[in-house]
Amino acid sequence: MSEKKQERVGVYVCHCGSNIAGVVDVFDVASWAEENLKHQGVVIAREYKFMCSSLGQELIEKDIKELGLTRVVVAACSPHLHEKTFRTAAKNAGLNPYLVELASIREQVSWVHTDKAVATKKSKAVVAGAVSRVIENVPLEELKVPINPNTLVVGGGIAGIQAALEIANAGFHVYLVEREPSIGGHMAQFDKTFPTLDCSACILTPRMVEAGTHPNITLMTWSEVVNVSGYVGSFNVTVKKKARFVNEELCTGCGICEEKCPKKVIDEVFEAGLGYRKAVYTPFAQAVPKYPVMDRENCTYFIKGTCKACEKFCPTGAIDFKQEDQLINIEVGNIILATGYDLFDARRVSNYGYGRLPNVFTSLEFERLSNAAGPTNGNIVMRDGKTTPKSVGIIHCVGSRDKNFNNYCSVICCMQGLKFAHLVHERTGATVYNFYIDMRTAYKAYDEFYQRVLEEGTLFVRGKVAEVTNAARNEHERGKLIIQVEDTLAGKQRRIPVDMVILSSGLQPRADSKEVGKLFGISCSTDGWFTEKHPKLDPVATMTEGIYIAGCSQGPKDIPSSVAQGAAASARVLDKILQREVALEPIKASVNQEMCSGCRICNGLCPFNAITFHEDLMVTEINPALCQGCGTCVAACPAGAISGTGFSDQQIMAQIDGLLLRNLEPVGV
Amino acid sequence: MTEKFEPTIIGFTCNWCSYRAADLAGTARMKYAPNVRLVRLMCSGRLDPTFVLRALSNGADGVMITGCHPGECHYLEQNYKALRRFLLLRRVLKGMGIEPERVKLVWASAAEGARFANETTTFVEEIRNLGPLNWGRFIKQEAEINESLHEEVPA
Repeated sequence: MSEKKQERVGVYVCHCGSNIAGVVDVFDVASWAEENLKHQGVVIAREYKFMCSSLGQELIEKDIKELGLTRVVVAACSPHLHEKTFRTAAKNAGLNPYLVELASIREQVSWVHTDKAVATKKSKAVVAGAVSRVIENVPLEELKVPINPNTLVVGGGIAGIQAALEIANAGFHVYLVEREPSIGGHMAQFDKTFPTLDCSACILTPRMVEAGTHPNITLMTWSEVVNVSGYVGSFNVTVKKKARFVNEELCTGCGICEEKCPKKVIDEVFEAGLGYRKAVYTPFAQAVPKYPVMDRENCTYFIKGTCKACEKFCPTGAIDFKQEDQLINIEVGNIILATGYDLFDARRVSNYGYGRLPNVFTSLEFERLSNAAGPTNGNIVMRDGKTTPKSVGIIHCVGSRDKNFNNYCSVICCMQGLKFAHLVHERTGATVYNFYIDMRTAYKAYDEFYQRVLEEGTLFVRGKVAEVTNAARNEHERGKLIIQVEDTLAGKQRRIPVDMVILSSGLQPRADSKEVGKLFGISCSTDGWFTEKHPKLDPVATMTEGIYIAGCSQGPKDIPSSVAQGAAASARVLDKILQREVALEPIKASVNQEMCSGCRICNGLCPFNAITFHEDLMVTEINPALCQGCGTCVAACPAGAISGTGFSDQQIMAQIDGLLLRNLEPVGV
Repeated sequence: MTEKFEPTIIGFTCNWCSYRAADLAGTARMKYAPNVRLVRLMCSGRLDPTFVLRALSNGADGVMITGCHPGECHYLEQNYKALRRFLLLRRVLKGMGIEPERVKLVWASAAEGARFANETTTFVEEIRNLGPLNWGRFIKQEAEINESLHEEVPA
């Protein structure tokens, strides 16, 4: 200790108006620190009304220059708020920014405790901890990493298309990877969009075509990302391009193969099980790209070894039964994930009878039913394919706001239910009932749409539906679906017989969202939605640098919000690309190879593959570009050969001692 | 000993979840026991068990380790490593004659300010019931304490 150079520490205690000073005696904390931490090197301790103000920062800068401070402790708010501010101030005064420590006495003291004496005492301990720690801090330099200007967008729904187009229009290359044969996502399946009742295809397909033909976009449909390595600026991504059995170079998209294919298959994906497709098919007329896909599971040739009708009739010889899955490696600097949602499986709410009672439909089925390009050409009919319903019940919140399924609100279902009500009313003149828990129509022009549907004569029943049944109790109910509900406004139980029931099913995360999150190194909430960096201030970035999220993969949202997020994510990516290089936090682990015994305990601990073992030298090395700085290997090394910058053993041990007030001047007793 | 024992507790937090949970508890002005002083780590996986021993031997009566929920680790799976070390550490402490309950592991996501506050208050009560540890003093002043013990024991 004694041979160590004595640091000159400045301590700055912030009042934060009355946020801190109202509970903590800031004058006492400052004078105590100056007095009792003097032997640690505290040469000045000041208090000030707002340290983060320009005057507060100038105070620090002035002291660094005039008093020759070598370390700074600011006792104020959480480092997540103002660490950057004070680091910049230090840098401006010529001090390495990593020689500044924040002691959180607002979030951790004044806002959560009420007793003034106790809060002041705790503040002193927190300051003492920070002082001890800052002495052990070492100057660090940010790591600069060049940014590859190419971007990967995963998911070709409206959010992904928007993101891809924004970046491509700015002049940078985008790889747009889509799992299905065509881009378009869920929006391509819809008939109308609320509240304007725009035809969904009419507004979406121009975007799809633009994305499909853009010189800066490489479209990779029927493809999935299988591996991701690297870090912000230089990700290495492996994409599996599934065999289409159609040569894209030769195919003109004429559709003759589809026409001649003798095998009809129920289309569970695009038509939601209501219509048929062939074994070789394009999912819908406006699909982008236009090349069809062969469904290997159902193709007669693949099952029986004969048929090849498509090959016989293809005018360009584009059918290729020998095609195999391809692995394609691409290098990108940034990644946007817009992988969308799955519809809640309404079968799970068994009391609503979906899958058991034929005339109970899901929202997606109804979208296809009402779509002019759908299996019924837009005729709203019951499961028999011809009868028009005379009464329709629309049940909201199916699988949402229900602790048995999903606690969250799926955001779009109220408006979707209203849209359905309008379409049913307009096209069939049927009596429409909406069963809702609460109406949520909060967005531009949404409530006006609600008013419009109200005026159209749609009936609204407030209450959660208990059951949909076909067990009639009287003549009036015979042959109908009876909706049993407690009408909470009328205060009584009702049984309402209808011909058709539409379940406004909620949205839920993709079934594989957790695996996808893991693949890209980002986290999911307990529900399975991708977690954003900050719920309010950073909704499209993730905790992993260079990976952004957009659309419903982050949480349920409507089309305008998905588009806005797609655009926002692309703005973040463009910002990164234009900076050309990115500064990384220098919190990294490194191995002192003199001390490494080659035990390899650390080798299996790193999920980022940053640790490599040199067989020849019998020592371990850590790649600083891959290291994310978690410090798990540092804690594990039995030889103490691994050290972690920013969070070294010395810093943490010193902080523990300080927090326990072990660093005070020994005063006899 | 009528005065209420106020334990001193060191809390280790993960930069991405529990430290933010503590921030959130602050922003939402949730009140909790003031006995815990926090150390920020980048990940609960950074927790070297010697940090805990250092805290306990230097005057802490308990140590709270917090991290992301299983499956939600910012560094994918390092909280599982923290869990492993925690379980091992508790066995070591038991072997040393220290109540293993003095070390607690709490999962708290960045959204769980209330959970952080509640768990803190609960843990402070648990330690209060266990009483002071005085381990450090015991090491440093073994002789003195022995002496005083002899005095206190009634003949």
